[in-house]
Amino acid sequence: MLELGQDEIAKYPFLADAGQYLKDKGFTLEQFGTDPDLKQLIDKAFNRIQVAADGKIYKSDIIGEQVSNDATLPREVFSFLLAIVLLKLSGMHTLIKRFSLAEARRAEKYLERDLANISDESKKQLAIRIIDDLFSVQVEKLDDYFVISVSDYLKHSINFHEREWKLINRHVENGKVFLTPHETVRLIRKELGTYINSKIINAKTPTMIPGFEDSVNKLVLLSKKFITFTVTTGEHPPCIKHAIEELEKGENLPHSGRFMLAAFLLSKGQSVEQIAPLFKNAPDYNERVTLYQLNHLAGASGSGTKYTCPSCEKLKTQDLCFAIPECDNIINPLQFGKKRK
Amino acid sequence: MKETDIKFLEDSFKKYYFEHSDLIRVPERSSEREFGYQKFNSGMTRHISIKDDKELHLLFMQNIPSDVYCSNAYYSFPNLPMNEKDWKEADLIFDIDAKDLNLSCRENHTVSICNECNQVSKNSERCLKCSSTKIEKKSLPCKNCIDSSKTEVSKLSEVLIDDLAVSKENIHVYFSGNEGFHVYVYDSQFQQIGSRERSELTDYISFRGAIPETFGMKKFKPNRSSFPDFDENGWKGRFSKQVFGTKSKRSKIISELISNGYSSFQKTLDDVSQNIGVKIDPNVTMDIHRIFRLPGSINSKSGLTKIFCKDLTKFDPYNDASFLSDDSIEVFANCPIEFKLKNKKFGLYTNEKVTIPIFAAVYMICKKLATIA
Ligand code: SF4
Ligand SMILES: [Zn+2]
Ligand SMILES: [Zn+2]
Repeated sequence: MLELGQDEIAKYPFLADAGQYLKDKGFTLEQFGTDPDLKQLIDKAFNRIQVAADGKIYKSDIIGEQVSNDATLPREVFSFLLAIVLLKLSGMHTLIKRFSLAEARRAEKYLERDLANISDESKKQLAIRIIDDLFSVQVEKLDDYFVISVSDYLKHSINFHEREWKLINRHVENGKVFLTPHETVRLIRKELGTYINSKIINAKTPTMIPGFEDSVNKLVLLSKKFITFTVTTGEHPPCIKHAIEELEKGENLPHSGRFMLAAFLLSKGQSVEQIAPLFKNAPDYNERVTLYQLNHLAGASGSGTKYTCPSCEKLKTQDLCFAIPECDNIINPLQFGKKRK
Repeated sequence: MKETDIKFLEDSFKKYYFEHSDLIRVPERSSEREFGYQKFNSGMTRHISIKDDKELHLLFMQNIPSDVYCSNAYYSFPNLPMNEKDWKEADLIFDIDAKDLNLSCRENHTVSICNECNQVSKNSERCLKCSSTKIEKKSLPCKNCIDSSKTEVSKLSEVLIDDLAVSKENIHVYFSGNEGFHVYVYDSQFQQIGSRERSELTDYISFRGAIPETFGMKKFKPNRSSFPDFDENGWKGRFSKQVFGTKSKRSKIISELISNGYSSFQKTLDDVSQNIGVKIDPNVTMDIHRIFRLPGSINSKSGLTKIFCKDLTKFDPYNDASFLSDDSIEVFANCPIEFKLKNKKFGLYTNEKVTIPIFAAVYMICKKLATIA
């Protein structure tokens, strides 16, 4: 495991061993529930989750490179650790998902800053080591670039759907891909989220601690906001089912996938109002934008053109196809279950 | 296929397997690979594990297969069903086939065989005799087909070596036995990548999915200095050669590209992809569980051997991959296209009995253009 300095734990609290950290600082969870001074930290933790649930990134008290004062640092780490305790006690997986994603984004900023740090070599080395230890991606520095092997690059870039991440649109030389600090960190964003998520999922759930109940109840209420309206998926083709499942899990379905899903359901006669709630769990959900886009697809606004569901062939190239034998002989998901040979 | 034809092909293949067993060798790490074979007129037998040359020769002699395959993947348990095999890694493979190259010569050497009445006609969509549309097409690839495939192999090697740091010795090129080449890459950084990664790699190699920004063109306020130049690595350098031609034209062409605008540039990229992208079959490369024709075995689509090309430029499949007997045999031939094997010309034959060497008879029977008389 990495040796972490004090301010590093604040930046990357998920790297710390939670139990050990509390012990080292001489605290028990129970104290946080009873001690009025420490209790504030539970509110801070709750707030940290709430911000994440709204799809925003929690703003740290860490100012610039340095922690503003000695007290701030443990507070930062505690609020993270307590947030996990609250999440575990609430058992709400949608919230855990959102929290992990937001925390990943937050850590991403620090990683990027540390990678680009030219004045402090040790910071840069730490960032490189975190990337190596956690994601087995070996990063090398070459002039202003960070260089990784093509195979490592591919393992991560295939999760992106934007064309600029395609290998053909990258600077490739000698079996390596050249990236900026921003791109390097962006490349492992998903894994960072998954890493934090699995750390939380695998953490032991404590028994309810006096003084934590209120916040836990509030979390359960908060998560209600994200419970999805489920469309009956019975006769839908696998591509559509998959897209719905991804959204329900709170995964970030690419734009092409959302387009396919919306166009498919609209063609099946569902209304914009019926479809919109499906997108609620997306990490970047914005009701107004979603409604606008759906109306646009339905031809109710703007150009007036109606969009139809893309062909199977198109969806295959977008990695959205999950064909099963029943898909034989059809060229568009809309034909699924209709055409029989 | 008729019993007598099958018998004849089996006899000819068997003789080859026996006399040329030196060409039929297990690949490296054989016991970690899956083998499979087909017999004439029957289905595929897969999930076989073979540990050495002796076992392999036994398989050939006992089964007289029409085609034999071996995985490019390595497994812990190659003979178990697919989901229990425990996939470890796979050599990177590429299939370059003349039929995918859109060559204009193909028209001239493709025949249509009617499934209803067996009529053989020059390339057409329906039978000239009974107008059935149940047509099977067979091509007798010409020199141009082979040369064009070779060009693609060279282009592929260039990208592998220059861009992807594959060493030259680790690229092995085989004639597929029919219309193209199989390229194997050993010990590369790509051994362990999965199917989606391989698919993305093929997009790179075939220049698919490029966006204008990568090659210097922006939607707004494009900047002359961001366009690629000749001495750049990878696709930027190759793009420059293709699009600018010569150094002296570069400046003028950049002005044209800028004034034609962004969406026209995307079309330029599509053209470039057509012209300098390597034409590989993406489905082959991304399939990490495939069994692929075994080097040294005969391809039953032609009777020619899948064989290692020591010197690609000099390689002539119609000489170097034809190993069957020179003895004569009488066949009933219906072959509207001339072809050359072992430096001898054959055809045209219109529903006639001819006496020809076995290697030529096998070629025609495999292409369904003759039967044993
Ligand atoms: S084949 Fe078509 S309908 Fe079936 S999963 Fe793929 S895209 Fe969907
Ligand atoms: Zn006919
Ligand atoms: Zn040809």
